[in-house]
Amino acid sequence: MFLANLMIERELEVWDRLSAVSDPELDEPITDMNFVERVEISDTDAVLVEFRLPTYWCSPNFAFLMAFGIRTEVLALPWVREVTVQLNDHCFGDEVNAGVNSGRSFREIFAENCDGAVLDEVVEKFAAKAFDRRQEVVLLAARSLVGSAANVVSMKLGVLRKMHFSGEEELRQLPRYLDLLEERELAVNDDDLAFPTWEGKVIPAEELEAHLKRLRSTRINMEFNGAMCRGLASTRYHEVEIGPEGPTLIDFMAGRVPPRTAPQAGH
Amino acid sequence: MFKTPEGKEIFVIDGHTHFWDGSPENQSNIHGKQFIDCFYAYHTNLSPTEELWEKSKFEKYSEEDIYRDLFIDGPNDMAIIQSTYLKDFYKNGFSSIERSTKMAARHPERFIVNGSFDPRDGEKALEYIHYMKEEFDIKGVKMYTAEWNGDSKGWALNDPSAYKCFELCDKLGIRNIHVHKGPTIIPLSKDAFDVHDVDYAATDFQNLNWIIEHCGLPRLDDFCWIATQETNVYGGLAVALPFIHSRPRYFAEVIAELLWWVGEDKILFGSDYAIWTPQWLVEKLWAFQIPEDISSERGGVQLTEEIKEKILGLNAAKLYNIDVEAKKKQLAGAPVQIAAE
Repeated sequence: MFLANLMIERELEVWDRLSAVSDPELDEPITDMNFVERVEISDTDAVLVEFRLPTYWCSPNFAFLMAFGIRTEVLALPWVREVTVQLNDHCFGDEVNAGVNSGRSFREIFAENCDGAVLDEVVEKFAAKAFDRRQEVVLLAARSLVGSAANVVSMKLGVLRKMHFSGEEELRQLPRYLDLLEERELAVNDDDLAFPTWEGKVIPAEELEAHLKRLRSTRINMEFNGAMCRGLASTRYHEVEIGPEGPTLIDFMAGRVPPRTAPQAGH
Repeated sequence: MFKTPEGKEIFVIDGHTHFWDGSPENQSNIHGKQFIDCFYAYHTNLSPTEELWEKSKFEKYSEEDIYRDLFIDGPNDMAIIQSTYLKDFYKNGFSSIERSTKMAARHPERFIVNGSFDPRDGEKALEYIHYMKEEFDIKGVKMYTAEWNGDSKGWALNDPSAYKCFELCDKLGIRNIHVHKGPTIIPLSKDAFDVHDVDYAATDFQNLNWIIEHCGLPRLDDFCWIATQETNVYGGLAVALPFIHSRPRYFAEVIAELLWWVGEDKILFGSDYAIWTPQWLVEKLWAFQIPEDISSERGGVQLTEEIKEKILGLNAAKLYNIDVEAKKKQLAGAPVQIAAE
């Protein structure tokens, strides 16, 4: 019983790390997108993670990034001795799987598969889009609390950190926004501006509307893609069936297990 | 002809349809299977339940099926058939101009069949453009920049070899360049959905009309910006429109962005048949209004009846020099044939 509990605990730890891997294009955790199909932990503390994207054609460069992201996150757990990442049913599956499990760096593997190209520019472009999307949610919420454009564009990070939001999306995006500010050193200290542009500039109050218009179009685009991917993923995952030994943890996480009906009286 | 609930007759040109053969017999390899499977996933994901097809019909439908779905059960007056070869995936191509033309020959007044070419074929591509002009008198082509060709996994509209082809199109009067910029397959090391090559090509070829299918989704934001700058860039609604059923608010946001940035004269209806059938799409579009909150954020843009008529047919008629009144008369003299011939 103790061992079974430990295994469940460890599997949950793996899931927790996996939720830190995002689809770069959608800025959504791969676990929320139901991309992860299987997590298996062996007796020797080796972890196998299988994932599948919404289509066979999904961009291989993002597939590479996600595969390496999975590897890095799972290896960060102290008890993990070995990680195998497996991308299923993808036009570049063999290359991705060979690359990510070779122990070599992302840069090296990617360059080898793409005539020496690096992905920095694409990664940077999508980081900027992710920033826009997170900022829009937080900025709109903050503006509704402080009233004027001038107040919100001059708001300090310390004030934002102490703000209380109520909406579900605002609560979800605030920590993600703060993380990105810090990671990119756009705002680190309490007296730094809470809402700089991606280039680290101040948004002039009179340009706030134009700025928000741009953020909105980034968001619509990303949401649209997200809706498309979720739909395609759910269609594709229809084929996945619950095995003979009954549902496993992943079936519950992926919402594949129907809710239990209450036992009827008299039974 | 689409009849509104009030009895008004609306002229419909379906700007994006196919007559394909994705059947197992025509597949060359696993990619061919995965390609049609992916289309089928789009179909099952975004269609209303009552519009779902069996997989085998979806893989290969008949000449009778397409005529019935578009013109008898469907609202179309005319349909533009696009060619997509995918020669590495399908033995006889996915939807070739020859096969589509043979089908269309039964009702030539209703179809416009477009060609396609691959600039990476060099001299052969130029010869092929001449062949399509002479043999089929094409008015437009469909470009598939993500198509695989040997080692190449894609190309860009502003590649020098592509420019040679567009120069020839311009010279021969092939004015309508439909470009697939949408859900796609990979130029590997780039952003697979990048739309910036449209900007260059549209600037350098002002005589040509650049119809960006799927509105550049999933790069709608970049596409809107480019289409605002370039007067000869149009957006095709295929793939965006089916969201009207499953996620109407998203669709409202997308169409509001397009109306605001791209404008009512440059948006074209397309069902993407046989991924979706046109009847339910047109019915829903006609009944659709952009919710007040979404509209007010974009200067009050709205889908008026006048704008819907433009999107459903009048905009495409302009691009293809179709005299709508004359066409209506011609079609009235050749009504859809419901009984078997």
